[in-house]
Amino acid sequence: MAQDLNINVSPISRVEGHGDLVIDMKNRKIQKMIMGIPESPRFFEAMLVGRDWRQPSHITSRICGICSVAHTFASIKATEDAMGIKINDQILRLRKLINHHECVQSNALHVYFLAAPDFLGVGSVIPLLKTHPEVVQIAVNMKKIANEIVRIIGGRAVHPIRTVVGGFTKLPTEQEIYHMIDMLKSLYPDLQKSLEVFKTLKMPDFERETEYICISNEKEYALYDGKIKSSDGWTIECRDYLEKINEKVVRHSTGKHCWASRDSYLVGALSRMNNNYDKLTDNAKQYAEELGIKIPCYNTFMNNFAQFVEIVHCVDDSIKILEELLENGLDESNAMVEYKAKEGRGVGAVEAPRGLLIHDYTYDNNGRIKKANLIIPTNMNYANIEKDMESFLPHIIDKNEEEIKFDMEMLIRAYDPCISCSTHYLKVSLINK
Amino acid sequence: MIKPRIGVFGLTGCGGCQLEILNLEDDLIDFVNAVDIVHFTEAITEHSDNYEVALIEGSVSTNHDVERLEHIAKVAKIIVAIGACSSTGGLNCLKNLYGVEKAKELVYGDKKDWIDAIETKPIDEYVKVDYYARGCPPTRSEIVDIVKSLIVGKTPEIPNYPVCIECKKLNNTCLYDLGIACMGPVTRAGCNARCPSSISGCEGCRGPIDEPNINAQIDLLKKYGLTVEDIMEGFNLYNACKKITDKSK
Repeated sequence: MAQDLNINVSPISRVEGHGDLVIDMKNRKIQKMIMGIPESPRFFEAMLVGRDWRQPSHITSRICGICSVAHTFASIKATEDAMGIKINDQILRLRKLINHHECVQSNALHVYFLAAPDFLGVGSVIPLLKTHPEVVQIAVNMKKIANEIVRIIGGRAVHPIRTVVGGFTKLPTEQEIYHMIDMLKSLYPDLQKSLEVFKTLKMPDFERETEYICISNEKEYALYDGKIKSSDGWTIECRDYLEKINEKVVRHSTGKHCWASRDSYLVGALSRMNNNYDKLTDNAKQYAEELGIKIPCYNTFMNNFAQFVEIVHCVDDSIKILEELLENGLDESNAMVEYKAKEGRGVGAVEAPRGLLIHDYTYDNNGRIKKANLIIPTNMNYANIEKDMESFLPHIIDKNEEEIKFDMEMLIRAYDPCISCSTHYLKVSLINK
Repeated sequence: MIKPRIGVFGLTGCGGCQLEILNLEDDLIDFVNAVDIVHFTEAITEHSDNYEVALIEGSVSTNHDVERLEHIAKVAKIIVAIGACSSTGGLNCLKNLYGVEKAKELVYGDKKDWIDAIETKPIDEYVKVDYYARGCPPTRSEIVDIVKSLIVGKTPEIPNYPVCIECKKLNNTCLYDLGIACMGPVTRAGCNARCPSSISGCEGCRGPIDEPNINAQIDLLKKYGLTVEDIMEGFNLYNACKKITDKSK
């Protein structure tokens, strides 16, 4: 059994951005165990100051290529909240669709390309092409369809164009709606095949209960809209987030750390599933059961499976939304609602694939931003990742250093951290003194 | 260059250009078979310091970025800038307008001295860039075309005409006629007029063409009751580092 460990992994691979893992242990006492974030800071809160209300969604989508849609909507919702703009059902449905398919695209990328290689015993998706070509082909096809849906409705798969304050600059055609339904229905056999593969994968047996936070509403499995809900028993309006959510700058990270009721909390698919499980479609619930997800679930590694279950939910729910759009008929004259820019503060919260995302803007009377605050899911997870690392280490301490490194990276990867978002970047260091 | 060894790198940016490589979908499998991807932290664990072609996303915004870029330039024979951030500095340059010190203070408060940040610049301010796949993000086909050209040993064709040409080909109604300001007349084509086709004014994410017809653009703006100032605010979203007028002088 290791008495001393000196692990230094820099950068951690197969995550979005640059992060480092540092574990320094002497005589079995942990001296230092951190996830360092040396990722370049971007200063979006500063970039936004002085910009007029039409620009923030285009600027903030560039925080992250993988969740550009979530940033676009958090931004647009903050502006609409500040200016008292109310959208119609058609706009809401179309927004939910793109948001769902960013979730599918991003979850698929993580589950199949980034996380699955760990469990299938290969280093990455490139050797996976040789060992499990059918899995890669399924993932490629799934991502393609999800990206295509974002492209059809948003005008582009990464950094959407048509999504603006007040609605859409252009609507999809009825023919495109039919096309999207057909594409989605074609995914079911692949989802079933994937389930058969994932059922054989064993997630490490590790549990640590923490606080789980996400948005939630009575009507649906909340991804686009809702109040902020915690598993510690509180629910608040989004605009009151500062009453519960705290942020601090820490020395080893350009991404700030967050806490709420306790010293850390978790956001992302696992939180959504813990807080809103009953709102999943019956089909998605069945997938969850087959994968052994029991609510409440305190095993962070199960976040990988929770993301896959959400893919199933989003496919089911999207077909329903598309059919509603067909029933009501597309109305180009209602692509946008009328509004006037005005001063005020607004908060927009959505579930990005990696968890709760909040934009908070204050506008002056010319419709220009005076102040902006952005609370990013991966930032919210950093403190919790470090707490998980502390309690996970004793479980794996009998392994050799390489294995410890591998397991720790796998734990961090289960969060699907998006370091670009939080500032941007992940490395792992075991320090051997 | 038969089966080039390729490294994909990200400096300061959003990861979106690297994501577009992973989004190649049907072409992805062919792409990874046609080249040897030896470094791509966002996607694979294996990494090597032996590559001929470096695809670089992101702008130079920290001292650490400078070190990494200079190292990459020593190893790689060919450097391809991928996306607006590496080609023009992109959106990251907006913080320069604000001032680096002021931006650090606003975001990190009294802990600002812990933060490594310098004035944002495109990568060609530091190293020689052979090819550019411009745009935010670049089109996937453009990235593939550049790599294909390298494999067969020809020079990739990068359009040097404005977005207007593509709008015309697509038979789009001119956005000026709809009362929407658009940077299409001076912005380098290659995106197939993505934004104007979605009834959204071009924001110039691909940077200006080599010799933009500034006078014609000014006449156009006048005709529609707009001024250069009206439109520069939008245009500097991606081009705050390189002024559009620079190359016309």
